[in-house]
Amino acid sequence: MKGSMRAALVAEYRKLVSTRMWWLLLLVLAGYLAFIGVVMASSFVFAPEEGSGAAPLEGAAAARAIYGLTNAVGYVFPLVIGSLAITAEFRHQTITETLLVEPRRGVLLTAKLLATVPIGLLYGVVGTVAVVGASAPLLAGWGDGAYLGDGSVVRVLVLGVLVTVLWTMIGVAFGSVVPNQVAAIVVILAFTQFVEPIARLALGSFDGTEGVARFLPGAAADGLIGSSLFGELAGGSSALLSRPAALAVLLSYTVVLALVGRFTTLRRDVP
Amino acid sequence: MAYRGNAGPTLSVAGLSKTFGTIRAVDELSFDVRPGAVTGFLGPNGAGKTTTLRMLLGLTRPTGGRALVGDRPYAEHPTPARVVGAAIESSGFHPGRTGLGHLGVYAAQAGVDRTRCHELLEFVGLAAAGNRRVGGYSLGMRQRLALATALLGDPPAIVLDEPANGLDPEGIVWLRQLLRAFAAQGRTVLISSHVLSEVQHTVDDVVIIAEGRLVHASSLAELASTAAPETYIESPAEQALADLCRERGWATRPDGAGLVLTGVPAAEAGAAAYAARLELHQLVSRGTGLEDVFLRLTGGAS
Repeated sequence: MKGSMRAALVAEYRKLVSTRMWWLLLLVLAGYLAFIGVVMASSFVFAPEEGSGAAPLEGAAAARAIYGLTNAVGYVFPLVIGSLAITAEFRHQTITETLLVEPRRGVLLTAKLLATVPIGLLYGVVGTVAVVGASAPLLAGWGDGAYLGDGSVVRVLVLGVLVTVLWTMIGVAFGSVVPNQVAAIVVILAFTQFVEPIARLALGSFDGTEGVARFLPGAAADGLIGSSLFGELAGGSSALLSRPAALAVLLSYTVVLALVGRFTTLRRDVP
Repeated sequence: MAYRGNAGPTLSVAGLSKTFGTIRAVDELSFDVRPGAVTGFLGPNGAGKTTTLRMLLGLTRPTGGRALVGDRPYAEHPTPARVVGAAIESSGFHPGRTGLGHLGVYAAQAGVDRTRCHELLEFVGLAAAGNRRVGGYSLGMRQRLALATALLGDPPAIVLDEPANGLDPEGIVWLRQLLRAFAAQGRTVLISSHVLSEVQHTVDDVVIIAEGRLVHASSLAELASTAAPETYIESPAEQALADLCRERGWATRPDGAGLVLTGVPAAEAGAAAYAARLELHQLVSRGTGLEDVFLRLTGGAS
């Protein structure tokens, strides 16, 4: 059993890196984060000192918010690459061959979840390097400083990489629930760009529901890295989960989605 | 590629059934496939062949009955790709992956290395295309790649779903020789087809199904013995030939410039023509009308 898991991990890893998708998405992620990093840093750095146009954040808080963009706006990329690990198999009907060589469907799904970890790490590191590389010179040259030696900032950088790994795994688990590629991508885009921001705003506006908003996946990820651009910009009332709680919530999303996928998509007869 | 593996396992299907909604796709199907022979799994399109193979390979869960590879179901073998090499028709390829990349992905779980992948690409005639993406492959090239994938683990049993589809005549001859060689090595070989004539020169045994039910299982020779011989006869005296046939009560059908006689051996036809002083330009034994038997068995003949 141990040997078959090792073989499944090798196979799943090779699937990820034997098409062009992983580096195409990585290039777009790097370019996009560098661009957003420049835009955000400029808006902070070149804002008037006071008045309604003043920068909402200063000092280390500004650095943390900008460096946290890998998570705050970049998380759609690890979600998509993770979901493709499952949806591409169904789209191109390679799932048949995959289940022929590994009929134990639990082994298959576990291998897919774990094999994306290196890709998630790579996305996290490259995304963080892109956003820091683009924004740190602006913050250092014209703003309050880059704060790259500050402990709280370093934690955001490291946890930003970790959370990207978690997003990749959540992507895999989500793909197992929605194996249709087009549907999965549409749902990921709609949820990350539209549904969750509105839900966080709406739920966060009332005292009774503010506590619930912290458990939404994006909010939990903010809690894990300890910086919420969304929360800060929405008025500072950034009620976030503690780091251990946030980690537990994100892992729960992964496990629950994967279990649902295991007992729906991967229980059925393969088409 | 000398084979040093064990003799193939027996594939056995017993009381196998599959219902999709109200449709009974496979109905109480039972048959065995023996090692050391090529078995043709035949039936018209929609007869339930692929569904049966998918149940045999653990891809589809049977509604009833069971299918075994040797002593246990396919999925319970520790490394199934080293026991059965299979190519199922609905299986696909990622168009963005190269042929070599495709084999490399599945090599790990078949327990083989990259050298074996190169060797197999060469073996199926895709050595030059190995580094090209599968999106640019022809149907025949995909069939060859699917075959290479099935052979990764040098398995003692081989199950191929419509393997001749998309192959050129040269490829079909090559495949036939390959499958014959596998059987001679003691492996178990099962191939499906919806056309008997396509596999007639390849198979030793036949399992014929129609509408999900078994209609015939025997050696090909036994099937042939139930078929009527056919003889092609051609004479410049067309009217005289037609009269002779009517007189003898032979079943005929026109074919080109002559007639095909069903159920009449060439010797009998020749003797009758000689006795009637009929000039013949051709008298050819067409062998047995296996395709007719197949159509009759599967309900396709009207």
